[in-house]
Amino acid sequence: MTEKPLAAIISAGLSKFGKLDGLSAREIFAYAAKEAFEKCPNLDPKKDVKGLYLGHMSESAEHQGHTGPMVADWIGLNPMPAVRFENACASSGVALRCGIQAIKSGFADVIMVGGVEKLTHLATSDATEYLALSADNFFEQWHGFTFPGLFALIARAHMHEYDTTGEHLAMIAVKNHHNGSLNPKAQMQKEITIEQAMTSRVVASPLKLFDCSLISDGASCVILTKPELAKRFSDNPIYIKGSGQASDTIGLYERDDLTSLNAVALAAREAYEMSGMKPKDIDVAEVHDCFTIAELIISEDVGFCKKGDGGKLVQSGDTAIGGNIPINTSGGLKSKGHPVGATGVAQAYEIFLQLTGQAGARQVNDAEIGLTLNLGGHGSTAVAHVYSNTI
Amino acid sequence: MEEITLNRDEQGEILPTIQNFYKFCGHGRLMALKCIECEKLIIPPRIICPKCSSSRFKWIQLSGKGKLRTFSFIHIAPKQFSSQAPYIIGIVKLEEGLSLSGRIIVDKDVKIEIGMDLIVEFEDAVSAGWPQWPRYYFRLAKVMNQ
Repeated sequence: MTEKPLAAIISAGLSKFGKLDGLSAREIFAYAAKEAFEKCPNLDPKKDVKGLYLGHMSESAEHQGHTGPMVADWIGLNPMPAVRFENACASSGVALRCGIQAIKSGFADVIMVGGVEKLTHLATSDATEYLALSADNFFEQWHGFTFPGLFALIARAHMHEYDTTGEHLAMIAVKNHHNGSLNPKAQMQKEITIEQAMTSRVVASPLKLFDCSLISDGASCVILTKPELAKRFSDNPIYIKGSGQASDTIGLYERDDLTSLNAVALAAREAYEMSGMKPKDIDVAEVHDCFTIAELIISEDVGFCKKGDGGKLVQSGDTAIGGNIPINTSGGLKSKGHPVGATGVAQAYEIFLQLTGQAGARQVNDAEIGLTLNLGGHGSTAVAHVYSNTI
Repeated sequence: MEEITLNRDEQGEILPTIQNFYKFCGHGRLMALKCIECEKLIIPPRIICPKCSSSRFKWIQLSGKGKLRTFSFIHIAPKQFSSQAPYIIGIVKLEEGLSLSGRIIVDKDVKIEIGMDLIVEFEDAVSAGWPQWPRYYFRLAKVMNQ
């Protein structure tokens, strides 16, 4: 553990995820911010926080643009600069990386990074259509491709190439629902069975309803500072040791290999190299399970198992809490929920809880090193971060 | 269909645009770009070659034949496609080595398999809403040969 950290997380907040009737995006975010402020009494938000980086995708859902300053206004951060980031489902993962850059460059001593989305008031078909915006419209959506459909194409290719089965995918859903049942902020806090998952209705073959994440409202935030200032604000900060980001084709069809997400592998490699960590050093990981197949492939591409062995990895129990590499202890997008813009930083929130021993019933024993992997679209963006609870 | 005019630059060269790709579809032709510098085949067309950053291309016509790489039956569809569900989407590897996504339109009794031979076809009408282009799709190659 020789590498100097890039930044420290001194506090974190998460709203409840789910159908949050009566709350608009700015209010949902304010509940996440309230938690982060209350957890960090040594921080004076109005004096110390020098800016807000906000991940947010769906301005059309509330007919509200300019959401960076809007949210900053609602949490009392004026006149500090506020910026919105849009990289589809990786919006706040990208905001986090840019927040780290602001800290690392010396532009600011303390930055708030977060994300928010309000989607559940839309008709399911409208929300589905909205979420599909992150693919290649002229060659995918306009031809009737849905987002589950695009991941179904990936799943079919993986099943054809390797021994991956629908049952492997169902095991991921069952695991993440179990974890979500232990998370009081999760949207669906209930266990499911393999049989329920396997017999759920087909959305886009071979993917079924229980292979898909949820449509959710929610917000997340973390407060970043320079590593050397962290103890001024908090007795138990965590440190971001590595950050990686990569892009891939906006159309899935242009990729030579449909069974792997190249941007994921590249982003993870960059984050590992920066942090001096290897996949075997990771104690707990939050990865982007927008669909069960995404978790399976990401677990391969970040190096938790050999290419093609993602199915065997979940089957072995190693990715469950108590296993060698617990994945998505929060319940993941599958069960905790997927308020798109909030997802990347919500992953960081879970790692913050795990590395500071605050994860309650889903706490991973002796968790010291964590990884997050946030995906945008069908892998046109991937962002990886490596965290440690020691400097 | 009324005559479709391709967009050209001041020298009369056909612009390497997505709209021109679809206008060619209206002429019943599946077209790709070939980079004059590095010879990379490119579909969909781009202003800048993704391999060598050149902007000098020529358009070439593809055979339209290919093999299915992967597919899905869409059961839950967006509003404008819901009356057609379930329908099939896929990615097709074209003879020339390029891949393209599209609808796979076959008779109900046809078993869909990875590797099956397909051929491109074109809709007669342009799409109802924006961008009002004619779409391409893929069907079984053997049906075309009859």
